[in-house]
Amino acid sequence: MLLEVDRVASFYGDFQALFEVSLQVAEGETVAVIGANGAGKSTLLRTVVGLQDRATGTVSFDGRPLDGIPTHRRLGLGIAMVPEGRRIFPSLTVEENLKVGAVRDRPGRWDVASVLALFPALADRRDRPGTLLSGGEQQMLAIGRALMANPRLLLLDEVSLGLAPLVVRRIYETLPEITAAGATVVLVEQDIGQALAGADRVYCLLEGRVALQGRAADLTREQITEAYFGLRASG
Amino acid sequence: MNAVALRVQRATLPSRIGLGVGLAAVVVLALGPLWALDSVLRTLISVFTLLALAQMWNLLAGYAGLVSIGQQAYVGLGAYGLLLFADTLGLPLLASVLAAAVAGTLIAVPTALLAFRLRGGYFAIGTWVIAEVYRLVVTNVSQLGGGSGLTLRAASTVDRTTRLYLTYELALVVGVGAVVVTYLLLRRRLGLALTAIRDSEQSARSLGVPVFRTKFAVYLVAAFGCSLAGAVIYLNLLRVQPEAAFSVNWTAFMIFIVVIGGVGTIEGPIIGTIVFFALQETLSGYGAWYLVLLGAVAVLVTVVARRGLWGLVADRTGWSLFPVQRRLEEHW
Amino acid sequence: MTWVNVVVQGLLLGGLYALFATGLSLMFGVMRLVNLAHGDLSIVAAFVALAIVDAVPVNPLWTLLVVVPLLFGVGYLLQRGLLNFTLRGNDPLPPVLVTFGLSIILQNLLLEVFSADSQGLDAGRIENASIRVSDRLAVGWFPLLTLVTAVGVLVGLQLLLSRTRLGRSFRATSDDPEAAALVGLDHRHVFAMATAIALATVAVAGLFLGVRTTFTPSVGPTRLIFAFEAVIIGGLGSIWGTLAGGLVLGVAQTLGAQLSPGWGVLAGNLVFLAVLAFRPTGLLGREVPA
Repeated sequence: MLLEVDRVASFYGDFQALFEVSLQVAEGETVAVIGANGAGKSTLLRTVVGLQDRATGTVSFDGRPLDGIPTHRRLGLGIAMVPEGRRIFPSLTVEENLKVGAVRDRPGRWDVASVLALFPALADRRDRPGTLLSGGEQQMLAIGRALMANPRLLLLDEVSLGLAPLVVRRIYETLPEITAAGATVVLVEQDIGQALAGADRVYCLLEGRVALQGRAADLTREQITEAYFGLRASG
Repeated sequence: MNAVALRVQRATLPSRIGLGVGLAAVVVLALGPLWALDSVLRTLISVFTLLALAQMWNLLAGYAGLVSIGQQAYVGLGAYGLLLFADTLGLPLLASVLAAAVAGTLIAVPTALLAFRLRGGYFAIGTWVIAEVYRLVVTNVSQLGGGSGLTLRAASTVDRTTRLYLTYELALVVGVGAVVVTYLLLRRRLGLALTAIRDSEQSARSLGVPVFRTKFAVYLVAAFGCSLAGAVIYLNLLRVQPEAAFSVNWTAFMIFIVVIGGVGTIEGPIIGTIVFFALQETLSGYGAWYLVLLGAVAVLVTVVARRGLWGLVADRTGWSLFPVQRRLEEHW
Repeated sequence: MTWVNVVVQGLLLGGLYALFATGLSLMFGVMRLVNLAHGDLSIVAAFVALAIVDAVPVNPLWTLLVVVPLLFGVGYLLQRGLLNFTLRGNDPLPPVLVTFGLSIILQNLLLEVFSADSQGLDAGRIENASIRVSDRLAVGWFPLLTLVTAVGVLVGLQLLLSRTRLGRSFRATSDDPEAAALVGLDHRHVFAMATAIALATVAVAGLFLGVRTTFTPSVGPTRLIFAFEAVIIGGLGSIWGTLAGGLVLGVAQTLGAQLSPGWGVLAGNLVFLAVLAFRPTGLLGREVPA
């Protein structure tokens, strides 16, 4: 198992966002985490990457527990996250945004040239300030920035948020190339269609708990809808 | 589900006891001229006026989030105002003190408009620069005594003992008044507004809290308080020199008192003043080391025990002598 | 003195102010921290230089080799060991209180160790040598060296910010500390490097000023005020703004002093207030200070 999340509970101050969530991701897999707004998907990724102030339970990467390892060092271990809302650095150009992603200098296939080859739209704009791009281009830049660290585990948080379907599709079309280069992907999505299309396995979160898990191919629409919205005949 | 009746509670038992003790203390202090030595009265004048200054700084920084290192401007303005109204214009002493406070407040208006263009640390230095400007202007105007200063001649119209008692009672009123006024202000809507602004200015604004007006009002109140205290201080000291009247040490003392006692509480400055004077008495022979210690303690308290001495007590016991918090309590 | 001469002297003085302002501006730019002990640290540098010169008779400018790395190290430790803890949360109070407390501590420590006597650093003949530019205009070697050094430091800083990995780290961390952590930047280290560089520039500034005029333990706050005024006049967010601000301040002060000896500093203060009142973004600034 590349990533093991074992009975993790996560808090924002006094508010509990995750209750005993467990999840496993094998190397080479693509796993999707879906759920409604507020289900705790982003909180889960934040916990994996170490941004939550208060969390209990264990997150292990490649067998090694990540307790006490600060966020900036987890990148060096090979975990990169594309954060919700992209969070491009406004004071840096497109190229500089990419370069700053390589701070931890991990060897691998991805560098400025190969990332720009993956996202040609960025190549034309490499000297522009990072935030002077369209939403879709910023999303590509955010992904590219995370790739620069040549991660073993890539976490994608709500890539489709605020983007037109065509743009979202184009971005997801690059996913196979990313996984082919060796990255294991966990993607958090509200767009169920894209999530199921791209993923091997799926977890569905509801109000901070895992409501459903399984192979994408095996799950029915009905099962997913029920788990997503929490519709259950009271009995 | 059972509905629970709730009510908003403010006064608690410790606060009622505190009120009783406080009133008794004020009465005893007011009778000071009967039982205290002159030297003790003079020290108490310093205690009360410094307490007033500290409460004002606390109101600004602890409640309104306006960290000013320029309050010494108003101490100086109060002092020079006193000189102006009493000596130059010949008003009676008491009226001069009040007039000086009003004058200081009027000057605070354009000062605030300028200073509010800055935020945070730059606001802090900005207030310091403005205080320096006032000092330099006064130093360069020879009618105000220039660099060597002036002495309050009007004080000699009253005999020494009467002047001491008068100043003492005035100082007591100013000190107690500062505490009471701060408490009353915070109990009203202003207190809620300040708490909201402190939590998140943007959210407060979006809820319709008049942020600028609120901060402006607090700044003026603090200016009045500091000018009033400044006038009383120099009614006691008599000799006004720009270097001393506008010295940043006034603010340093205010900060020390509030930080040690507990920022953002009304009890804090009271405790802080006591600690400050205790330290001053014991360490007066050590020269500059005393200030090094003051600074070190302030730094330490800020980093380690952010809420000061009163914060430590309140955390343990939940007491509040000046209850400005509105507690939600279940009412059976 | 002709007016041209006055303006030139003002520009040369302004170079020194720009150097002072640089460190203050850098710390604010990277971590929104205003170091109220900024001026006092320059005095510490000057006193260290004095101590070295007392022990080993060299030209004070040589002490730069020791004082600059020393203050660099002090800056790193100060930020990492103390100031980083004041930046947790959005409370504006702790950084102001701690740096103000530091200012009081430094001033009074220096007072106890070195006494309140006026001190000076003697750089020998270079202090008084001058270049004859024209019949009525002479430019002092040392003030010119100061201006050149100031510009050099500013250029170096600009290059650092725009071309190096550290510069990118500064800008990224300043933009968004959480996202910066996601790309592997340790903000505790980045902040400490910013303070280290800031104090290194302060060391240079303190030394040059110590040669140019006398200094005492309590004159630090005055320098802080000049640095601050230069930053505001020039405008936040721009290194060249800091240079411009310093130059304007220097000229304002020398012009004011020309009118009447006591009016120099006041003139500078008034220009600062005017900029604050009518053009808060400063001459070249891109952000409003509020």
